Amino acid sequence: MTEISHHIPQSVLTAYVSGSLARPFALVVAAHISICEDCRAELAAHEAVGGALLDDFDPIMVSDDLRDRVFAGLDDDIVEPAPVKGTAVYPAPVMELLNGKAPKWRSLGPGAKQCILEAGEAGSVRLLQIAPGFEVPDHTHGGLELTLVLQGAFKDEGGRFARGDVEVADDDVEHTPRAEMGEPCICLAATDAPLEFKGLMPRLLQPLFRI
Amino acid sequence: KTSFSEQTEWMLKVRDQRCKTSFGALFDHFAPRLRGMLMKNGFGAAQADDVVQDVMLSVWRKAASFNPERAEVSGWIFQIARNRQIDVIRKERRPVPEELAMPESTDVDGEQVLGVEQETAKLRSAIARLNPEQRELVEKAYLGEFTHSEIRDQTGLPLGTIKSRIRLGLERLRHELKGER
Ligand SMILES: [Zn+2]
Ligand SMILES: [Zn+2]
Repeated sequence: MTEISHHIPQSVLTAYVSGSLARPFALVVAAHISICEDCRAELAAHEAVGGALLDDFDPIMVSDDLRDRVFAGLDDDIVEPAPVKGTAVYPAPVMELLNGKAPKWRSLGPGAKQCILEAGEAGSVRLLQIAPGFEVPDHTHGGLELTLVLQGAFKDEGGRFARGDVEVADDDVEHTPRAEMGEPCICLAATDAPLEFKGLMPRLLQPLFRI
Repeated sequence: KTSFSEQTEWMLKVRDQRCKTSFGALFDHFAPRLRGMLMKNGFGAAQADDVVQDVMLSVWRKAASFNPERAEVSGWIFQIARNRQIDVIRKERRPVPEELAMPESTDVDGEQVLGVEQETAKLRSAIARLNPEQRELVEKAYLGEFTHSEIRDQTGLPLGTIKSRIRLGLERLRHELKGER
């Protein structure tokens, strides 16, 4: 495991533990934790807070009927489905969304491709692939953007980001990440608002590309 | 043999010996608390019962992935309950990190388990020392389906203040944990 220097912010981890984090961001958190031992430990600490609060709750009596139902279920032969495994590039939560297959890339202009994994009311999460030396197309965000590097590296105003690193950007950040030479840079990017790529195509066409 | 907390002992017996008596003890401790937590979160009695049932059955079925070297029983069960709650509320599966491979032997590193238990005890006492206002914010941050802006709407305090207070409360918790690392 290479050294990771940009981690998930504590406030985002708390929101993940509480369940209030929007799904696109929860995916980035789960993917990062799959490959970051530090944040896995941090997550355990946050879960311990949840556990302590649970232990403190005033108990509300549970019916014997419920207890019986649970005990009746103990002997059921339930085979839990085998968990999806990650690959050298794509951590398990991403592989799960890809249904175990290689991503289907679509061009976003010169040197840039994307594969949208999910897009909905809560925002979107996609894979971006940037050719060595190219920039992520000029864009602004309407809200929060979390980007996790899965392969290669990029640099922008916020520093250098390599495999495992997470960049947090919000509405007013206009950054221009540029992929380093070497392997193409592959990132998992989540936003809670549509990303707006500027000057790539007329606004009217954007809905077609779901960006 | 080193002795662990009651809960850890029960859970290890469930994991390694499929002991139903120990499972019963865990059920009697956690089911009523889970029910309390769910109903405070707005679940109706019947829906809460369904979730309690699912969670306790998961505790039995997923026992093999319980590792006391990494998590205390209550934190482990909290996380199962939280995932289940989100599945029910949002009708979607919550993304979870890839599971770590379990060690082949079930021997536990007693010192590590005690370390985790001691750390968590420290964390609990830190939580117990929070003033009521901080306590409420920590509860909302960890238990509620609340976003920061929803918290603002409920208390009428400016967002900045809330954010920094949550951070202060958390920082205290974090320091408490770090001192033992
Ligand atoms: Zn990390
Ligand atoms: Zn951006």
